[in-house]
Amino acid sequence: MSVLTRDTAGRAGDRPAPGGAAPPGRRGWWTTRRRDQLAGLLFIAPQLVGSVLFVLIPLGLVVWYSLHEWNVLADTFEFVGADNYRAMAGDPNLPSVLWVTALFSVGLVAFNLSLALLLAVLLNQRLRGTVLFRTLFFSPVVVSLVAWTIVWGFLLQDNGGVNGLLGTLGLDGPNWLRGDTTALLSVIVVQVVKNVGLNMVLFLAALQGVPAELYEAARVEGANAWTRFRRITVPLISPTILLTSIITVVGSLQVFAQIAVLTQGGPGTSTTVLVYYLYQRAFQFHQFGYGATLSVLLFLIVLALTVVQWRMRRRWVFHEQ
Amino acid sequence: MNSRLSARAKVGLYGVLCLLAVPFVFPTWWMVTSSVKPVRDIFAFPPSLIPTEASLSAYRRVFELQPFAQQYVNSAYIAAVVTVGTLAVSALAGYAFARIRFRGQQVLFVVVLVGLLIPSEVTIVPLFRMFHSWGMVDTHWPLILVPILGAPSVLATFIMRQFFIALPGELEEAARVDGLGRFATFWRIALPLARPALGAVAIFTFLHSWNLYLEPIVFLSSPEKFTLPQALTQFVDAYGGPMWDVQLSAASMTAIPVLVIFVIAQRQFIEGLAHTGLKG
Repeated sequence: MSVLTRDTAGRAGDRPAPGGAAPPGRRGWWTTRRRDQLAGLLFIAPQLVGSVLFVLIPLGLVVWYSLHEWNVLADTFEFVGADNYRAMAGDPNLPSVLWVTALFSVGLVAFNLSLALLLAVLLNQRLRGTVLFRTLFFSPVVVSLVAWTIVWGFLLQDNGGVNGLLGTLGLDGPNWLRGDTTALLSVIVVQVVKNVGLNMVLFLAALQGVPAELYEAARVEGANAWTRFRRITVPLISPTILLTSIITVVGSLQVFAQIAVLTQGGPGTSTTVLVYYLYQRAFQFHQFGYGATLSVLLFLIVLALTVVQWRMRRRWVFHEQ
Repeated sequence: MNSRLSARAKVGLYGVLCLLAVPFVFPTWWMVTSSVKPVRDIFAFPPSLIPTEASLSAYRRVFELQPFAQQYVNSAYIAAVVTVGTLAVSALAGYAFARIRFRGQQVLFVVVLVGLLIPSEVTIVPLFRMFHSWGMVDTHWPLILVPILGAPSVLATFIMRQFFIALPGELEEAARVDGLGRFATFWRIALPLARPALGAVAIFTFLHSWNLYLEPIVFLSSPEKFTLPQALTQFVDAYGGPMWDVQLSAASMTAIPVLVIFVIAQRQFIEGLAHTGLKG
């Protein structure tokens, strides 16, 4: 690698290594192509080393650990073959955990995407003050996640703000976080209100790219608002729908802090989703081997869902970029 | 859809928007007003939207019960370091993947992109063991190194790549003909043009680090090393019940500064996120 030190003309703001001051197109061994090869590798080196060290190796290790029993307290680490996978197949909690995870994800994605689209369409009207409303709808995105969750935990107490507001309207609200269904519903709503602003902004940008002539033409043909929305808006923004749904589906499987703070997985196991169960097993019960096995399961689910959505794009995404 | 609306439609639309805004605005309002209410009024019925008497005693107790100032500094400096580090790593890598032709580029890009697919919860167990063996548990290193170099920065790299791909190449060609090397071209020509993308990456990187919860509670155990999200959950009484007034004061202090910055710079925030990277 002695060539590295050859071209070190110390220009201000120039890094020595990728051949800063070499005249362009110089002949000989140190060609532009070789310099680009080195520069490219050096530029991506931090990201590449980081990906290998903190993504790929841990991913391999997770599979490796899932074949072991690791006891932190006794400091033992022994190979147990497929025992953890057998334990997973026979885990009496797992069917409920997967069912709750599915309900949670489906509810969250459906609610998030439809609300985001609704807000975007409303804000895309010719109306004064839409910037103010856009700011309001987006603001929870920048509020610290745990702070947001704590406030909602406070609001959803039996005698808290939500039931207080309902009470002034003469309604009797339930004890939200103590009932199986209402607890799951609460976590979904808290999460959607927190993050729907992001998808709303992406939809809004997409809607502004839909040419107005199309709507005019449809109106002349006598298409009503709903038909125009279904036949023009949805197909034209379908690439954004695909992008946001992939982001939201993967994100829905990663919801942890909200559940840890609001319900700790309860009441019972009615809000114990897979990531929370994984955390409990690994870091509260110190079953790291089994925790790793659940991590493998989580990864396979994320991978499968992403592949399915990506393949579905051919079926319903109107045009590719 | 962009046709002029009748007056009645406008009134209706404003009504719907105001109603929809309630769950977005009310929690923040309720957090701040409840934090200054006397404890006995916190669960009063009917709820008072504007507190009749205000006191900052709960704010004082936040600092008595936890090393909150230290925790605030921890969160702020970690988020700052992670943001600057991520910008450096992702701008360099994004530029190279977009602009420099080198062998192995495609394969290495796919290798890096794997990070987009992996929820941080999947790798938390091995990462814990790695940092444990390096003696870095209960330090801030995992909260700094993993976001800058690992999966969270991959999205940043992807966004920077998308931005640099869309940038017209003529300026750089001219610079190269003038004899500028790759790094100088990147630093003096491409990077200044990438300001909108860098802004968007900085915003979401900062928020991601500021919000991090699983990693701190897994890696940190001493209160003076805690970050804010973790500290917020520590204000509980002897029976494990939350001390609402203190929690809400701490939550307000965590949320309000970022919220104020957002309101001042909301256009850059929202349009930056909408128009760079994620769209392409």
